[in-house]
Amino acid sequence: MLRQLEGSRAVAETVARCRPHVVAAYPISPQTHIVEALSELVASGELAPCEYLMVESEFGALSACIGASAAGARAYTATASQGLLFMAEALPNASGLGLPMVMTVANRALGAPINIWNDHSDALSQRDAGWLMLFASSNQEAVDLHVQAFALAERLSLPVMVCMDGFVLTHAVEEIDVPAQDQVDSFLPPFAPRQWLDPDEPVTIGSMVGPEAYTEVKYLMAHRQLRALDAVSETAADFAEAFGRDSGGLVRRYRTDDAEVVVVALGSVLGSLADVVDELREEGVSVGALGVTCYRPWPVDEVRRALRGVPRVIVVNRAVAVGSGSILGQDVRLSAPRWTTIHDVVLGLGGRPVTRDVLKRLVLDVVARRLGSEVLTFYDLDRDLAATELARELADASPPSGEGR
Amino acid sequence: MKLEVRIHGRGGQGVVTAAELLSMAAFDQGLHAEALPSFGSERTGAPVMASCRISDHAIRSHDPVSHPDILVVQDLTLLRDSAVLAGLPEDGIVVVNTNRDLADLVKGGLEPGPAQRWVTVPANDLSRELLGRPLPNTALVGAVAGITDLLGPEAVASAIRRRFAGAGQGIADANVRLAEEARHLVMSQARGSEAHA
Repeated sequence: MLRQLEGSRAVAETVARCRPHVVAAYPISPQTHIVEALSELVASGELAPCEYLMVESEFGALSACIGASAAGARAYTATASQGLLFMAEALPNASGLGLPMVMTVANRALGAPINIWNDHSDALSQRDAGWLMLFASSNQEAVDLHVQAFALAERLSLPVMVCMDGFVLTHAVEEIDVPAQDQVDSFLPPFAPRQWLDPDEPVTIGSMVGPEAYTEVKYLMAHRQLRALDAVSETAADFAEAFGRDSGGLVRRYRTDDAEVVVVALGSVLGSLADVVDELREEGVSVGALGVTCYRPWPVDEVRRALRGVPRVIVVNRAVAVGSGSILGQDVRLSAPRWTTIHDVVLGLGGRPVTRDVLKRLVLDVVARRLGSEVLTFYDLDRDLAATELARELADASPPSGEGR
Repeated sequence: MKLEVRIHGRGGQGVVTAAELLSMAAFDQGLHAEALPSFGSERTGAPVMASCRISDHAIRSHDPVSHPDILVVQDLTLLRDSAVLAGLPEDGIVVVNTNRDLADLVKGGLEPGPAQRWVTVPANDLSRELLGRPLPNTALVGAVAGITDLLGPEAVASAIRRRFAGAGQGIADANVRLAEEARHLVMSQARGSEAHA
């Protein structure tokens, strides 16, 4: 049933309906509303039985989830930005140990400088941690992905990150269909752990592996992650059948079939892109959009198929690999057919709004050959401001000892 | 797009709630609506902006309102920053919380565009009367309902009641009355200026 409510609230209610046994909570903008709402649901008894742990840090939160999952409990936490970094040591532990759990990341920029607003640098900084990473393009999809995430995590025995744009989605109030308890129960069976710590049947979870076997373990991990691609598609198909909604999956194409230009992006910007695509199509521009929903594992075949025959691709990067270039752009380059011209563009860092106006201008610039493809372009940069500061920086490059001053 | 509203105010004036109420009222009438807050540094008195987008089609984008049909200014001092009026079309409508009238504002240096409609609402005074303190947001929500055909008084009232359900004795009722009073004020203001034209 459609209700008008805040994205965070909808996610919290959905997570509650997935019946987690343990919720480890530590607040950080912009996910705090999620864990706060969950605390209310536990306090009222609506989510029961559930152990709500107020931990001392994000590292504590993820460690608690690892312990809980190892003990056979369905575990959940949420974080963002520096919080995700604070639990960085535990992330590859969760995946390496093959422990299912779900974590919401309310995408937020990384400091320094401190920035509480939305971009993808937090999640993307942990893209190699071995977690499944799903990006929601809307609040409805965010809600749906959480249900799918628990199913996927437990099917694969891997941890899953559900990414949703901080403030932009988490704090938006809009119409969302929160799945009913009976619907979720039909879709998500009770947690049947593949391994768990049982005093009556003792096992060790997490041994030391030396040079003689570490490579094999990592190879098997990599293989399992790639097999997850099929599981992600199947789970989305099962979800569509059960709930009547097209959510999740690997990629989402929008009017890409005969497109001359396709814009590739992650997250909520895809909503604005759909509007821009429609508007430009009315004006005779042959443009489409490709949303990547499953970022890890990277759906190389689906991306390649979607971009086949498309002469020009624009990648909207909402994070920068400092010292290297783009992140999503590099993934796309790996997958795109060889003759594709790829325009790698940075937009919307640190919460700078990615408006329909700027997206439209971007596509038109590419169509009119006003945008190069050899370099990473900071498209919404204030060039005058940057130039002034750069000039000062370069002129200021005196030795630290203050020689000559 | 049917209607795009952008609300500017300061922390503590209920800007975010105002946008939510508009979106809830629209939803109650079977429209699609989204409310999107935009926070600066969160502290009482800091500038806050919120967008509300209402449509008869499902809304896909989540970017802030760049081209507001109606601009709501909950704090007069914010008009010192020209960015507040960014994107307002030539025939845009501005609702300002002030107990001064438009002529007085113009004398004070305001330069409304020739085709713009500026509506003044003494929302602080009205809310002091009905709520006991200057909390202008629900009055301004009522004012917006008085300007656009899209939102009926019943939908605004039900949104307010739902939002303030747990707020205690009579708070919801007082806010409903406040919105209604502001709505009537704006409508009679409009009728008055039509009579003069």
